[in-house]
Amino acid sequence: MSVPFSAADTEAAMGDIVQGRSLWDDALRRLMRNRAAVISVVILFVIAVAAVIGPYFLAYDYSFQDYTVVSCAPDWWPDTTVMCNAGGTHWFGTDSIGRDLVARTLYGARVSLAVGLIATLVSLVIGVAYGAIAGYVGGRIDELMMRFVDVLYSIPYIFLVIILMVIFNRNFFLLFVAIGAVEWLTMARIVRGQTLSIKQKEFIEAARAGGVGAFGIITRHIIPNVFGPVVVYVTLTVPASILAESFLSFLGLGIQEPLTSWGVLISDGANQMETAPWMLLFPAAFMTVTLFCFNFIGDGLRDALDPKDR
Amino acid sequence: MSSPILEVSNLNVRFSTPDGEVHAVKDASFTIGESECLGVVGESGSGKSQMFLATMGILSGNGKASGSVKYRGQELIGATDRQLNKLRGSKITMIFQDPLTCLTPHMTAGAQIVEALQVHTKLPRDEAEKRALEMLELVRIPEAKRRMRQYPHELSGGMRQRVMIAMATACGPDLLIADEPTTALDVTVQAQILEIMRDLKVELKTAIVLISHDMGVIAGVSDRVAVMRRGEIVETGPVDDIFYKPRHDYTKMLLDSMPRLDRPDRDGEARLPPPKSDQTVLEVRDLKVHFPVRGTGFFAKTKPLRAVDGVSFDLREGETLGIVGESGCGKSTLARAVLKLLPKTDGTVVWMTRDLNAISDSDQRRLRKELQIVFQDPLASLDPRRTIGESIAEPLRTLQPGLSRDAVRAKVRATMEQVGLDPAWLNRYPHEFSGGQNQRVGIARAMIVEPKLVICDEAVSALDVSIQSQIVDLILKLQTEFGMSMLFISHDLSVVRQISHRVMVLYLGRIVELADRETIYKDARHPYTKALISAVPVPDPKFERSKTHVKLTGDLPSPLDTRAQLNFLKSKLIDDPDAEQYRPALIEVTPGHYVAEHD
Repeated sequence: MSVPFSAADTEAAMGDIVQGRSLWDDALRRLMRNRAAVISVVILFVIAVAAVIGPYFLAYDYSFQDYTVVSCAPDWWPDTTVMCNAGGTHWFGTDSIGRDLVARTLYGARVSLAVGLIATLVSLVIGVAYGAIAGYVGGRIDELMMRFVDVLYSIPYIFLVIILMVIFNRNFFLLFVAIGAVEWLTMARIVRGQTLSIKQKEFIEAARAGGVGAFGIITRHIIPNVFGPVVVYVTLTVPASILAESFLSFLGLGIQEPLTSWGVLISDGANQMETAPWMLLFPAAFMTVTLFCFNFIGDGLRDALDPKDR
Repeated sequence: MSSPILEVSNLNVRFSTPDGEVHAVKDASFTIGESECLGVVGESGSGKSQMFLATMGILSGNGKASGSVKYRGQELIGATDRQLNKLRGSKITMIFQDPLTCLTPHMTAGAQIVEALQVHTKLPRDEAEKRALEMLELVRIPEAKRRMRQYPHELSGGMRQRVMIAMATACGPDLLIADEPTTALDVTVQAQILEIMRDLKVELKTAIVLISHDMGVIAGVSDRVAVMRRGEIVETGPVDDIFYKPRHDYTKMLLDSMPRLDRPDRDGEARLPPPKSDQTVLEVRDLKVHFPVRGTGFFAKTKPLRAVDGVSFDLREGETLGIVGESGCGKSTLARAVLKLLPKTDGTVVWMTRDLNAISDSDQRRLRKELQIVFQDPLASLDPRRTIGESIAEPLRTLQPGLSRDAVRAKVRATMEQVGLDPAWLNRYPHEFSGGQNQRVGIARAMIVEPKLVICDEAVSALDVSIQSQIVDLILKLQTEFGMSMLFISHDLSVVRQISHRVMVLYLGRIVELADRETIYKDARHPYTKALISAVPVPDPKFERSKTHVKLTGDLPSPLDTRAQLNFLKSKLIDDPDAEQYRPALIEVTPGHYVAEHD
């Protein structure tokens, strides 16, 4: 779809055109005033950058095993009996087979964030398209489509994942599919509900009177207008996906060694919580902070997009 | 004048909002005497409601009132809630625009009045109930006993407003503040409510503040009038002075822009152009739109709701046909069925010799180019996420996909200029504009494809009078320039008179009268038309006082009931809600003047 009057079009001849404030501009302005949300964005950005480029600057690879420093606490750990003087380079200590926890936590962040984002993207694309079509078309087709969603809802997703894993073997890609397949259901319901209310608005009727077809109405008028609630839900789906992945990994159904994710690290750490608490502490702290940040951003976005509901 | 009931001096109301402080009422001073009716008139945002919310001490949380409001010498600004609660609801009461949201949905009408009475008067229950019944009878609710036990959703808008008035007057207040009490109601119901208010003033000796945007409503009821503009009272005076000798320019402007039933064209403004030719462009024959409505219960039958039930008319080139009627008479449904935005049940619509039933998809597109619609709510009819330039361009881009970007943009700018919008605004968004400007955008969007027929569905109803007159002028100007035909739908007979060549009155999906605009107002034949015309308030106090009202009692009946259409032809009625009824025929009494059969 082309936007005929984007800022780029305004040549010198039309220099007098006043640039309007869109609702998105307004929302952004309000979001920037929300301190918790802005701080969360910064923290998330730092974590993401560290996850992407951090591993290249570390002395250890995430899969490198050093048997001389098995289960070592960081050098600054208060309890000196568990330290093995690794030489000041293992800032988060090492795990039970001598791998550096900084490298593994950052690598885990990559996987967890990737799962969160890709699974959310999958659910976003399927959910928005499905929900908007069901809501706009309405009637019997809507009924059919939503009952299908209800059926999928009623399948316990852990069983679904276990069955998928058994049939297709454990596989990184499958994880996205499994989580995305669960998350899109709620998205579809939200989008359908919003579509039903937007469909009643006069501007939809105006578009129909202007000869715009169903496809044009859905893509140009409905989807941009449901995006507010969708964006909020997305920021809540990302942590939900991260949690789902952790949960699956915790059960041993997720990421396989030597690859890792926060869920795997937390699972390993939890096993040795009493003897080597740092193994749990660092990945858990990273994950908690990330989830908090997403939730704060979600709250901030909701307030920014819907100032009346505050 | 004896000592005033309410004395307001230098009242200021300020709201703190995220976008800065809003000074809603500026140094307002006025008094209200015993059993006097003060009319407060002003356009939206003039602070007329806030002034009285501040008086009652019920401003919203971010508002702050300063100055002085004295009720019989007692200062109300800064009084505690406990002190105010003794007055609120008993001595000073208020009724609001929307009577549905003001009544608690889970309590019966009677119980709510009884509750109001018991809180303030400590009457025993059975006496309170008796009093409640008296009050309901006083506001002329038919079958008051039965209505006492009904819930708000079972009552119509007019009934609910009566219950509100009964509740507000039950404790014998000194002062009744009515904030736009009739704005949400149909004209015939509005006339009934205003009648009740006039009587209350006489019977109960209650002072009344009537807040309204409608000069006609104010003229009929008030003794004195205060005109507000942007938070200031610009003029106060006895009602006759305000209407016949206005001093402030703003009052003059308000009076001038009021469309008046007794004055077809406003002086010196755009005039209705004569129709372009005698050629018929639109021919509607026996159009019916029925919606199936399921009854309650598991095996309930579906009944047809006859929204439009056999309407026929012709429209000539460059002619405007006004369609008037009260809510639920099917006027909007009719418009949508003509445009094929709604499926019709039966009948034919012929547009320029083409039957719209048998039209191919490619013709459909050309048709959309020729038939356009302007909607009621200017903001709701524009996509909030798109710039007005995009919204205006949309029909052009879908209907003439071959056009280059530059051509589209040039056309958008030209059209914006035609409707009085600065083309430099094309990248701005609807929420940055006022209602009137947004309505111009809506008109630009309809006009950009140079349609041959424009349907205006209550296109000026949501606007303030001064803006309304500008938009009416704009529509007339565009019609003079482009010569398009129009269907102008409105519940406001005065506006319709200004803008239409012929007027059609609908009642429950059927035409009751159709005539040219002079005839229908001067020589209305059908009782419903007569009642409708007499119910329209005219901004002329002397005329309003002397006018005899042709009254319709009660509310509009349900269109589900087949008996309702025969309300004016009782002799042919079969008394069974499901029976097929006789349809009153249209009779041509004089050339071009059609009237439905009536007793």
